[in-house]
Amino acid sequence: MDFNDTPEEAAFRAEARKFLEANCAPKSGQRQQPESSESDYLKKAKAYQKKKAEAGFAGITWRKEHGGRGLAPIFNVIFGQEESKFDAPSGPFAIGLGMCIPTMIAFASEEQKKRYVGPALKGEEIWCQLFSEPSAGSDVAGLKTRAVRDGDDWVINGQKVWTSGAHYSDYGILLVRTNPDVEKHKGLTMFFLSMKTPGVEVRPIHQMSGGSNFNEVYFTDVRIPDAQRLGEVGQGWQVALVTLMNERLAVGGSPGPDYAEIMELARRTPSPTGKGTLLQDQAFRAALAEWFVSAEGYKLGRFRTMTALSKGQTPGPESSIGKILNANRLQDITNAAIEAEDHFGIISDESLAPMEAVFQQSYMWAPGLRIAGGTDEILKNIIAERVLGLPQDVRVDKGVAYKDLPTGR
Amino acid sequence: MNFDFSDDQKSLKDQARKVLADKSSIKAVRAVLDRKPGAPSYDQDLWKAVAELGWLGIAIPEEYGGVGLGRLELCVLAEELGRAVAPIPFASTVYFATEALLLAGSDAQKQKWLPKIASGEAIGCFALSEGPGAPKPDAITTTFDGSALSGAKIPVADGDIAHFAIVLAKEGAGTSLVIAELDGVKRSEVKTLDPTRGHAKIEFAKTKAERLGKAGEGWDLADAVLDRAAVLLAFEQVGGAQACLDMAVDYAKNRYAFSRQIGSFQAIKHKLADMYVAAEVARSNAYYGAWALSTEAPELPLAAAAARVAATEAYHLASKENIQTHGGMGFTWEVDCHLFYRRAKLLAVQAGGPGVWKEKLVRRLELKNAA
Repeated sequence: MDFNDTPEEAAFRAEARKFLEANCAPKSGQRQQPESSESDYLKKAKAYQKKKAEAGFAGITWRKEHGGRGLAPIFNVIFGQEESKFDAPSGPFAIGLGMCIPTMIAFASEEQKKRYVGPALKGEEIWCQLFSEPSAGSDVAGLKTRAVRDGDDWVINGQKVWTSGAHYSDYGILLVRTNPDVEKHKGLTMFFLSMKTPGVEVRPIHQMSGGSNFNEVYFTDVRIPDAQRLGEVGQGWQVALVTLMNERLAVGGSPGPDYAEIMELARRTPSPTGKGTLLQDQAFRAALAEWFVSAEGYKLGRFRTMTALSKGQTPGPESSIGKILNANRLQDITNAAIEAEDHFGIISDESLAPMEAVFQQSYMWAPGLRIAGGTDEILKNIIAERVLGLPQDVRVDKGVAYKDLPTGR
Repeated sequence: MNFDFSDDQKSLKDQARKVLADKSSIKAVRAVLDRKPGAPSYDQDLWKAVAELGWLGIAIPEEYGGVGLGRLELCVLAEELGRAVAPIPFASTVYFATEALLLAGSDAQKQKWLPKIASGEAIGCFALSEGPGAPKPDAITTTFDGSALSGAKIPVADGDIAHFAIVLAKEGAGTSLVIAELDGVKRSEVKTLDPTRGHAKIEFAKTKAERLGKAGEGWDLADAVLDRAAVLLAFEQVGGAQACLDMAVDYAKNRYAFSRQIGSFQAIKHKLADMYVAAEVARSNAYYGAWALSTEAPELPLAAAAARVAATEAYHLASKENIQTHGGMGFTWEVDCHLFYRRAKLLAVQAGGPGVWKEKLVRRLELKNAA
């Protein structure tokens, strides 16, 4: 048992660090600036991605014929570990390169792959994923957006939601209903399209946290050729599973303040008992111990996943536990911090609130984290069914055509 | 990155599981649970078997009659012993007494005791508690005068059958850790929540004893022994939690209510997923503890506290929700759920309760940050 890289991994890590030191600023500890200059940020991100591709750090696990480096998944994790220590603007490409392009590689024609894979890898084109809908979130296979065949074309009408980066994306992969007369999973088909196609309209969502990181995308008589279909008609669900499988290692992370930050706050906040600081308060100390154990459990669990990857094994859905742990811990910690700040806790003005209001801001962000990329409840179902082998819930939609399913409001 | 047990260690684990399934069926656990007054409080056949397999001396150096493997091997055995609710004084003898001797014993003391431990001849115990609440150095009343020990310790796990005890006692103004043979010492069995392990009140009356380490070092040595034991107990707890989860999953697949498997209800699924998450958090923290223990890393005190806090929580959750999943049947004597519920509580308090360990964890985190 050790935490060392193999010689090959160590060499790769050193190479990655050298590249990052030459091309990125180290993490400043300052929170990111508000997105007033999004176009500047995108310019910076595209330039960074181009350098990454040239240096062989984009598509690390992809086959060489697709412009990748053909390495094992562990090297991707190593690059991610190193990159996370820097202020690397890699966010806009995560979904495209993590999910959309792998789906293109699996299902697009040779000619299309030649056209789209390279520019995405070099950061010239950004991709988004158009799956969720207002009435199809956890139950994404229940989606409504309709594609109707018209000669060599398909005509699309409907609405997508929670699409990250749609407003700056060039292309998207799109899951739609092509046959409402069969069971819901069997009537879906996957396409890709340019976000500039006439009839596509992107509107930002105003989140409860105040910001706008996601979009709604409306489709009104959008016409695309059949050549932009990925997989067979009616096989869209199978194609989507390939996309989502690639999401697994991407989710997780622990954004926002963790036990170390609340410990820092507790050092200079008076205890609710009136004696000493919050850090000297027994109830707080017990809670702090629990947060530490949860954060360590996540971090060390990732080490176990890395070990499996390093040995060439494929990690299973057990990595779903990371997001459950991190999102709930974030909500608990931010809540505890605000309550401990007492009257003052309600202040979210960065110039007044302790630690630039990081707890207040993350408190308003935490509910979204428990929902995005699979709700706590869906992730627990995944653990129960795919890890523990428990039976599926009784399904009322089996053997029923999509058009006959109850939909509520 | 190699944060996992080796193939050899994993095959030792498989072997241990087979041996325990064979020698220590739940029947054997129940034989100890339902024993008549005066009958031995442990499974003597299993004790002989684990001695012959070398498990008792697995981390004892060869020069002292042991196998000379490491703590990682001991950790994989601990997980399986926990899974089997093994009714033997393994924890007392190996995690506490052996670790105390290895940590603080003189060469003569090691020569005297370790070979007997490895062969299964000597059962040890660890006597710290004297009354309700977490022990404190200035509240210890058992005294050691340099050669003899006086005072009462209660409860002492396996104190009813042990041949010797490691005891924390007051000596002068401080505390010392001492070792005493229990031949002729007054011991009375104490009724506890987990009768699959015996417990005693031990009353020392001018009992001959020897110091382990130096005078005045007792509390710190006991703390260091507890850190080592905490990691090993965490593996027993992880094994127990996993056993509860496996039982609950199995039952949820086979029990029907409202004409369907109860495991198809989300109320049950989410409960079992919570047990799984807690068990995985505990396992990851226990692995880190194992690494720190086996390498004598300076991270051991913090890692041990994290392993103990996570494992205690995971076993508590798994053992109570396993009963809940089993419904009314889970509340019967015949169904095995309560064996784990009992053992979970014993392991939760045996080396100090979770409140004490959470406090240790935060204190150690503060020290680390200050460094």
